[in-house]
Amino acid sequence: MSERATSIPPEEQHDDQDQDQNADATANADGNDTTAGATSTDTAATGDDAQPDPVTTGAESVVRALENAGVEYAFGVQGGAIMPVYDALYDSDITHVTMAHEQGASHAADAYGIVSGEPGVCLATSGPGATNLVTGIADADMDSDPMLALTGQVPTDFVGNDAFQETDTTGVTTPVTKDNTFAADPDRVGTDVSEAFALAREGRPGPTLVDLPKDVTNAETNREPDEPTTPDTYEVTEEADPTIVASAAERIENATRPIMLLGGGVIKGEASEACQEFAIEHEIPVVTTMPGIGAFPEDHELSMEMAGMHGTGYANMAITHCDTMIAVGTRFDDRLTGGIETFAPDAEIIHVDIDPAEISKNIHADYPLVGDADTVVSQLARAVETSPKATKWRAQCQQWKSDYSMAYDVPADEPIQPEFVVEALDEATSDRAIVTTGVGQHQMWACQYWTFTEPRTWVSSHGLGTMGYGLPAAIGARLAADDDQEVVCIDGDGSFLMTLQGLSVAVRENLDITVAVLNNEYIGMVRQWQDAFFEGRHSASDYGWMPEFDKLAEAFGANGFRIDEYDDVADTIEAALAEDGPSVIDVHIDPQANVYPMVPSGGDNGQFALAEDQL
Amino acid sequence: MSGENEPTEPNEQNGQNEPGYRRGLDGPAPEERPTPAGRRNEQGIRIDPEVEAKQEPRRTVISTLVEHEPGVLSDVSGLFSRRQFNIESLTVGPTTDDDRARITLVVEEPDPGIDQIKKQLRKLVPVISVRELESDAMRRELALVKIDADQPSEVAAVADMYDGKTVDSCPETATIQITGSRQKIDAAIETFEQFGIREIDRTGTTALARGTQSTAAPASTTESTAEAASHPQNQYAPADDD
Repeated sequence: MSERATSIPPEEQHDDQDQDQNADATANADGNDTTAGATSTDTAATGDDAQPDPVTTGAESVVRALENAGVEYAFGVQGGAIMPVYDALYDSDITHVTMAHEQGASHAADAYGIVSGEPGVCLATSGPGATNLVTGIADADMDSDPMLALTGQVPTDFVGNDAFQETDTTGVTTPVTKDNTFAADPDRVGTDVSEAFALAREGRPGPTLVDLPKDVTNAETNREPDEPTTPDTYEVTEEADPTIVASAAERIENATRPIMLLGGGVIKGEASEACQEFAIEHEIPVVTTMPGIGAFPEDHELSMEMAGMHGTGYANMAITHCDTMIAVGTRFDDRLTGGIETFAPDAEIIHVDIDPAEISKNIHADYPLVGDADTVVSQLARAVETSPKATKWRAQCQQWKSDYSMAYDVPADEPIQPEFVVEALDEATSDRAIVTTGVGQHQMWACQYWTFTEPRTWVSSHGLGTMGYGLPAAIGARLAADDDQEVVCIDGDGSFLMTLQGLSVAVRENLDITVAVLNNEYIGMVRQWQDAFFEGRHSASDYGWMPEFDKLAEAFGANGFRIDEYDDVADTIEAALAEDGPSVIDVHIDPQANVYPMVPSGGDNGQFALAEDQL
Repeated sequence: MSGENEPTEPNEQNGQNEPGYRRGLDGPAPEERPTPAGRRNEQGIRIDPEVEAKQEPRRTVISTLVEHEPGVLSDVSGLFSRRQFNIESLTVGPTTDDDRARITLVVEEPDPGIDQIKKQLRKLVPVISVRELESDAMRRELALVKIDADQPSEVAAVADMYDGKTVDSCPETATIQITGSRQKIDAAIETFEQFGIREIDRTGTTALARGTQSTAAPASTTESTAEAASHPQNQYAPADDD
């Protein structure tokens, strides 16, 4: 974890003695029956000599729950209904990062969760605050990222009366959260938050939400929150059925064209190492999904990199022609599978997933292995005794790598090719650099031309495809990352424009982030599809009215750079990376550059197009 | 991945700046690539490429034990609407335990859909257990039918045939209560139509497993594998009903 960007000076923190006296008075007055619970919580939570003061309000109980869970940062925006919680945060060691927009708060929390593995926390007030969080919550839900959202709510007496800034937040967020709770009881509110935190992290991670009515957080209570544990009804299977493991192992031993398909669940389940060991020991080629990027080093010979709509040609050939697929932690999204009928049509599928509902949801699993990715892959590793005889297959995979190489042309008098910029950024940064992106062509170029070697270094919006994700995600990633890890945001002009108010936050917190905007003055992916499927009718995709991002960055107090020529690329990147605070590089790329290979929506992965005339 | 890292003169590349220059990557074109022989059906199951395989929907009863707390019914019904599962009926009622309620769902889906419904229900945090009832389970529905009572004795006779009970009557109408299987109620309503039906209200299906079996006890996790849905005892057999 990096050093905390403290926004509360130490001298402003509360005077311990005063607080103790107040708290004692309250506890005595209540003659409470919860002292035992409170004491045990205190001991477990701190472990040092300083006992935290007993809670006196629902809001303090909420903040205590976050402290008990080890929360370091919370991202949010103040507002009427959430004020009691913010008031309690004022006395807490948790660093609150005020965002410029609630959407940014939820993306920052999401990215924090991806990089750290612990739920990121975001806060917003009721009504518009809560609804502004929804995009980021939905994004985390699609990508199974651990996140806890806390929203203010109008007082319980007003709920249902269309009060000022009232929204049915649990109603709105039910379809996009793993679980959500309307906290109706001041004595229980802290435990609601503890439970939500635990749920966000356990099993298949996901976003949880607790809606906090103002009267509940304002109310007096001396009830300390319980420890973060999931409710009894939430069961997670850790180990897969040994009989299915045994038959899957036999299948692997007899495979002649095996492949491992690693999804985002590999990274979330900390199974990258187990998967790497397994693949390398048995010499099985590896493809990843987009969320699975980083699960296997892309510079390894066995790596076929990313498969799917804009995956490499060789990855798509490999998944199309394999006879055995060991799929770990993937939900077989349509951007990966293309048309179901043509997805790995010769393959028997061994599917490892912690969520039973993912088994045979989209692609039938011949060997369903429900359980924790790390545990199950280790079970498989123990069960497989002989490696598959796949020398010919491996040679074929290497052949495909050279047949469909990702080499591109860099003509000197053409505008800058985006691939060149991505590779230059990759070269200028260390292996552990974290890349965040928005959504669009630039995101695909980042997937294709950045060589990822480590888990938790690729932070992007996969399932929901949220434009504007990149910059707020870079803020969350920066705070979760180690100090020596660079954070680079590769963004598009359209994407960046959606959330660039977050620059004010990066400047205020002096976050060392480098944003490279691949500026083609188009909603480029849409333009590419319009060229391919809508006869080149560029309806509303031409963004010729873009601001000058370098100057805009300077207006925010960030460092602004601009690249128009190849000769400037390396030097400017180096200069931007050298700055300590946030930098924005406005890179004017070839406006006509397109993303290839491409599998048209619902198409056959093996029939990917290498150029427009093949679509 | 490897790209050329140095800008090159345009003329070195074969006619790249000519009109019609093909922007894209190199490699064999789609028609030059091998294609595998296999195929999957729309459920993602590998099939004989020559055979048309389509799963027919079947009707089944799913019993769900849930925490008795606000919002659970909306969680469950919302799950069905957003995942586009076809729901026939849904009933909710208390159980012997005040903290728990039972939701009985009748759904009509192909086997993979039914399997998916059970798994998705299991994922809801307030859901304690989910079970697809076997075909011999007790299934009952209740209907109130308000009928024109121009021929009171004939109405009574038909009601009698279906074990119906007259719960309200006036010179113009009679309201009959019928309980039983869905088919029995359908048949009764069809027969009542000859008198003229003014209004109908039907509950959905309620159901309990037969004998000493527990209808919805905490499920073992092994049940939720892909194979679970295709067990023959889960097939719906109308003859066993009632």
